Amino acid sequence: MSTRNKYQADENGMYGQFGGAYIPEMLYPNIENLKAVYEDIIGSAAFQQEYKSLLKDYVGRPSPLYLAKRLSEKYQTNIYLKREDLNHTGAHKINNTVGQILIAKHMGKERIIAETGAGQHGVASATACALMGLKCVVYMGEVDIKRQAPNVARMKMLGAEVKAATSGSRTLKDATNEALRDWICNPEDTFYLIGSVVGPHPYPDMVARLQAVISEEIKQQISEKTNKDYPDYVIACVGGGSNAAGSFYHFLDDERVKLVAVEASGMGVDSGETAATIALGDMGIIHGSKTYLMQSDDGQITEPYSISAGLDYPGIGPQHAHLFDTNRAQFLSATDKEALDAALQLTQLEGIIPALESSHALAALDKMTFSENDSVVITLSGRGDKDMATYMERFGF
Amino acid sequence: MNRLQQLFRDKKDICSVYFTAGYPNIDDTLPVLKALEDAGTDLVELGMPFSDPLADGPTIQASSEQALENGMSIKRLFEQIKDMRQTISMPVVLMGYFNPVFKYGIENFIAKCKEVGVDGLILPDLPFDEYREKYLELFEEAGIANIFLITPQTSDERIKLIDANSNGFIYVVSSASVTGAKKEVEQGQINYFNRVNNIGLQSPRLIGFGISNRSTFKTACQHASGAIIGSAFVKLIGEHGAEGSKIEEFIKSIK
Ligand SMILES: Cc1ncc(COP(=O)(O)O)c(C=O)c1O
Repeated sequence: MSTRNKYQADENGMYGQFGGAYIPEMLYPNIENLKAVYEDIIGSAAFQQEYKSLLKDYVGRPSPLYLAKRLSEKYQTNIYLKREDLNHTGAHKINNTVGQILIAKHMGKERIIAETGAGQHGVASATACALMGLKCVVYMGEVDIKRQAPNVARMKMLGAEVKAATSGSRTLKDATNEALRDWICNPEDTFYLIGSVVGPHPYPDMVARLQAVISEEIKQQISEKTNKDYPDYVIACVGGGSNAAGSFYHFLDDERVKLVAVEASGMGVDSGETAATIALGDMGIIHGSKTYLMQSDDGQITEPYSISAGLDYPGIGPQHAHLFDTNRAQFLSATDKEALDAALQLTQLEGIIPALESSHALAALDKMTFSENDSVVITLSGRGDKDMATYMERFGF
Repeated sequence: MNRLQQLFRDKKDICSVYFTAGYPNIDDTLPVLKALEDAGTDLVELGMPFSDPLADGPTIQASSEQALENGMSIKRLFEQIKDMRQTISMPVVLMGYFNPVFKYGIENFIAKCKEVGVDGLILPDLPFDEYREKYLELFEEAGIANIFLITPQTSDERIKLIDANSNGFIYVVSSASVTGAKKEVEQGQINYFNRVNNIGLQSPRLIGFGISNRSTFKTACQHASGAIIGSAFVKLIGEHGAEGSKIEEFIKSIK
């Protein structure tokens, strides 16, 4: 049922030299269980029917592919925005949580745990749990809880319990550690709903498949809107890399499509205040996966920085590490400032306020050159409502 | 016969202690080790602090954080213990997460372990299959034991596989939990210890996680060659540092 190409995980969850499952024995049975069933569940007619119908009527898919005329004029090309920002809960994250919640139900799990940084995945998880009547516990760094109060309130209103991660740097990576600890302590009734293409195999592959609907739709929509059945470029931002993985998925072995991933370089790649994992690339193991990560000479994982909480992660999904190594995708980075400028530009040219994460993808436009016949798809992974406090502060509105 | 094999041949009720290297002060590593040996400890798991210790509870997390803040690193650890075999005769195994070891370079790391007289390694997130394919030979040539964990969720079949590839001891994680002191051992745990004992394993076993006092230690010793005390001891040195009399008092209160 699954056709795998050289850019996808093999049966051990390896993407070239990246991926795998570097987990303590305590998590081994959970991971083995999930590994044994996820492909069959996703491939089953019952799952597909339920998932598709939720994506359509609950999430609001297909999300439009919008030709941004004024933006295109400025860059003298044809820019299409894949509008994940119009999804229920405001980002691509819901595609994944709706899918994983169905997998959890098929596995008979009663309790869902999730990690969150900005709170988008936490909200999407709490939403899916409310929909299915499952208990939901979201781990969030103490620092992020303070920074992202509206999303904390949304999760609570949705009935989730938000638990503060108080160790380490008290941000996303520590929230992920806490979620993994919870799973160690509750191996039987609990399902860990990971929010990106990170973590031990099978998570990177499972999450990529659940986000693959993005590229499936792009493929269809671009052939309706242009005289070709493929875009020349697909551009997406990368934190862990789920919206990028979903945007790339059905184009991976179509080399005519140039794939571009944009990381957050914070104050600049060499500033020490950055989240540009690939740019600083050093191989290692983070949260159960072998990939590129930011670490000290002693192998301690270092704290990243980006203005966008969703990109503020010191690792990157193993598939992206592989796409970088094989030159299948080009990796760029954008600073806080460049992302903010791109956000303001999109808002004033197109009347769309983007999420800060997505603004990093938009910032790539100034770093690339296109011809006037190119079709350039940019995934707008989320809307900017959650970032209004930052925009107000930075732009003085 | 190496130090670990000798220990398991000669001793019952093995009292093993985990502590974090470089904690509470960076140069406490060797003094704590020495005080433990003097107090009659049989085996030490020396923890290599890591920024993201995902199998550890609050006590060991906090000690790792403090040790890293103190400037602890693998390099520094090998400097601290380079002459330990002049004063320490009990077996010493290093315990930590895979990333710092991977970053250090596994070949170099194993060579260094051999050079300073480390007897074994516990790297909970080094996958069993990867160890067998890539590193088993390296470990065996250097005479370094690789010690695996098993848990209540580990199947008999997998326990047998782990047993067949173990050359030190098996670390029996006492319950589905992260590290942390508990006050008692429950019946469910005893059933699990009995299940493991009935498999007929060749490797000796030590029970760890949640062993904190004489009662939990003695109960565990009825079901294995001995037990490992971690968080309770880390708490003690957190309060009293490498003070020999306190460490002696603690070990006497357990054994
Ligand atoms: C709107 C939005 N885009 C992108 C991301 C980054 O995640 P990923 O790289 O997995 O797509 C996030 C994460 O919170 C997000 O909220």
